[in-house]
Amino acid sequence: MDVVLLSRLQFALTIAFHYIFPPLTIGISVVMVYLEAQHLRTGDPLYEKAAKFWTSIFALNFAIGVASGIVMEFQFGTNWAAYSRFVGDVFGSALAAEGIFAFFLESGFLALLVFGWDRVSAKMHLFATTMVCLGSIFSSIWIVVANSWQQTPAGHHIVQMVREGQPLFIDGEPVLRAEIVDFWALVFNPSTVQRLVHVWIGAFIMGTFFVMSISAWYLLKGKHEEFAKKSFSGALIFATIASLAALVSGHSQANNVYQYQPAKLAAFEGHFQTGRGDMSLFGLPDEEAEKIHFNIAVPGGLSFLIHWDFEQPVVGLDRFRPEDRPPVFITYASYHIMIGLGMAFIALTLLAALMYWRGTLYQTRWLLWIFVFAVLGPLFANQLGWVSAEVGRQPWIVHPPVEWTGDGDVVVGPEGVVVYDEDLALRTEDAVSRSVNAPQVLGSLIGFGLIYLFLLLAWLYVLDRKIGKGPEPIGEAPEGDAGGLLQAVIGRVAHDASEQAEGGR
Amino acid sequence: MDWATLAVIWFGLEGALLMGYAILDGFDLGVGILHPFVPKNDREKRIAINAIGPVWDGNEVWLVTFGGALFAAFPEAYATVFSGFYIAFMLLLGALIARAVSMEFRSKVESDRWRRFWDWAFFGGSTVAALLFGVAVGNAIIGLPLDKVGNFTGTLLDQLAPYPILVGLMTVALLAMHGGLYLYLKTEGEFQERLRDWLWRSWGVFLVLYMLTTIYTLALIPRATANFERWPWAGLVVVVSVLAVANIPRTLHWGRPGQAFLSSCAVIATLVMLFGLALYPNLVTASNNAANSVTIFSAASSPKTLTIMLIIAVIGMPFVLAYTSIIYWAFRGKVRLDEHSY
Repeated sequence: MDVVLLSRLQFALTIAFHYIFPPLTIGISVVMVYLEAQHLRTGDPLYEKAAKFWTSIFALNFAIGVASGIVMEFQFGTNWAAYSRFVGDVFGSALAAEGIFAFFLESGFLALLVFGWDRVSAKMHLFATTMVCLGSIFSSIWIVVANSWQQTPAGHHIVQMVREGQPLFIDGEPVLRAEIVDFWALVFNPSTVQRLVHVWIGAFIMGTFFVMSISAWYLLKGKHEEFAKKSFSGALIFATIASLAALVSGHSQANNVYQYQPAKLAAFEGHFQTGRGDMSLFGLPDEEAEKIHFNIAVPGGLSFLIHWDFEQPVVGLDRFRPEDRPPVFITYASYHIMIGLGMAFIALTLLAALMYWRGTLYQTRWLLWIFVFAVLGPLFANQLGWVSAEVGRQPWIVHPPVEWTGDGDVVVGPEGVVVYDEDLALRTEDAVSRSVNAPQVLGSLIGFGLIYLFLLLAWLYVLDRKIGKGPEPIGEAPEGDAGGLLQAVIGRVAHDASEQAEGGR
Repeated sequence: MDWATLAVIWFGLEGALLMGYAILDGFDLGVGILHPFVPKNDREKRIAINAIGPVWDGNEVWLVTFGGALFAAFPEAYATVFSGFYIAFMLLLGALIARAVSMEFRSKVESDRWRRFWDWAFFGGSTVAALLFGVAVGNAIIGLPLDKVGNFTGTLLDQLAPYPILVGLMTVALLAMHGGLYLYLKTEGEFQERLRDWLWRSWGVFLVLYMLTTIYTLALIPRATANFERWPWAGLVVVVSVLAVANIPRTLHWGRPGQAFLSSCAVIATLVMLFGLALYPNLVTASNNAANSVTIFSAASSPKTLTIMLIIAVIGMPFVLAYTSIIYWAFRGKVRLDEHSY
């Protein structure tokens, strides 16, 4: 295997593992702020107990988020040195701003949040929790700014490097790099705001489903019921709103992708031939044959979503040279599964909200069982959303600009395909470190794989015990309490038949 | 401001971030290095970990920000260093991960085997990280073979020369002493008494390695001392460094551990300054051809970016100092274990 593929695999592995934690921490931190504020407002000690419980789970997630996050920042330099040289002036600024504005805020107040319950007043503690929440949100802002700049670059120009007052040539070739022209245009590049909103919504869905999963488990076991009901109903409101909002935000984002990265949208939809865009609901795209097998599609659906007109043509993959197209299968599959999951979240939260309104939710055991495991849905949806965004950006690490004609088609060259200005972009294959070889990356890839597998297991084990212990202050928890999710999984198999019978009632 | 001035300012700011990291996370790493030796039972081990529990994460952010600022201000240096030290950085990442999660996981499960495992992960992660930081500094001082673009052209063996290893060992001893002094301030009773012996030991080992490193540098690395001829005032840093090293046993003897800890901070601060003086104006010295060296002028981002970053730093750093002071104030005094502790 070559160093490019291995480096991509390593980046994919490390970012996918890391990205289990940030949406969880963002989502849970919002819940903690809400609970502590409620405690201050009402004085009900149950809120404080709940806040302390979610804080201890938050801290566990946060620690692994920090540990796996530092890998991300280093990896641009270790594996993507050519990329770093090309974009450091632009991209590095966002990362540095993240450090100064987000990480210090987050990690500083985290100390008070986790260890400071007895050291500072309740008001100061709420302030610290709010700061941690803000810190994690600031962090998401800068990192999405940086990534969105790769997707829809703006606020910069590509110029020849200057060294000692002279333009720099190495072996007769001019050395180019991106430099900032307009910082705010870089920050608010054409896709930042939409993508950021979608990332936040994804984090809220993740956090609320996580809270609902554990709460549903307690309700099913008849433990900590009052606490679980408070957590569940609060989370359900947020989850329902967020699930609906994800649909709206996803739709507007798809239009943005079409405008700036039409090849990516075509890959999302498996849209090979320019023309009326059908919306494929299910199928197996085949890049060789340039068609989707077993396709079930809404005729004209894609045209309608983009143009509000079922007949208007949509640019397809045939407008792009094969070497300029993203891999279709992974992009199509991840995008479609994400949307399918998103639809399921809407159905599930609306159903639960309806039952809550009718007062039957907490008696409906089969639905609570679904919620225990439904947390995996947002986990995968968040991951797959990023897979489709990042694989769909290929073969570029910095996407080139796309020009449109007045009548809604892309500007093409004499051969009928888009001719990108490659000086304004960077291909992923040109971005890797020259001084690193394949065996080194293979070694580190295996190392990360083993460490992360081990961490994942340790995390699940400790999380399981925390859930088993429940929200009581340590020391008061009765022995042999509810047991954790591991037990749920084991118990689930044994009780499957009886649960189904119960669900039928 | 003109480009060269901005580049020099950013060299200074990077130095400040590195100094902040080395002093603050330095004692965290030191506590980890001493972990198998000083605390004898589970309660003492928990005290040691909780002494740094609330602060280590914030301290590590200095490194993250150092890295981010290097990426933004000197992308060429960031790319050269991080890709050139590939294996070292991968080991460092593994070490920092082990250090971080071991604290979080260790006390969550009441099992001897579980806790022993994470105790060793905590020690191993801290020690390897300290060693690698020192090796990296040593390599930066002697230089690496680089091509015209700035890509490292040597092998891993080139990075394991005697000098970098010497600096690496010195760093481990220095941080063990520094972490020990910090722990001394946070503990009491028998634990604190036992710590005393380790302070003397680590100081003694550090002193020997400090002198060896000094002799090696003066005798065999002429480039490192060139700037001291240019700027005679730089000799003051050396004087302060030596005085600070000598002040540690003096203040310890007279029972003033707070001053000893501050002296140890001063030792680290002066060593980082000497490192900067040895490098300037290079960020990475090419050992094969001086023209290939990555300097602050050849590696810098555009003046516009350096200015924007300076504004960000000027706005952000007062906040950072404010959070840091609040946290250290809130957790002042001896370690008290409670239900929220690690």
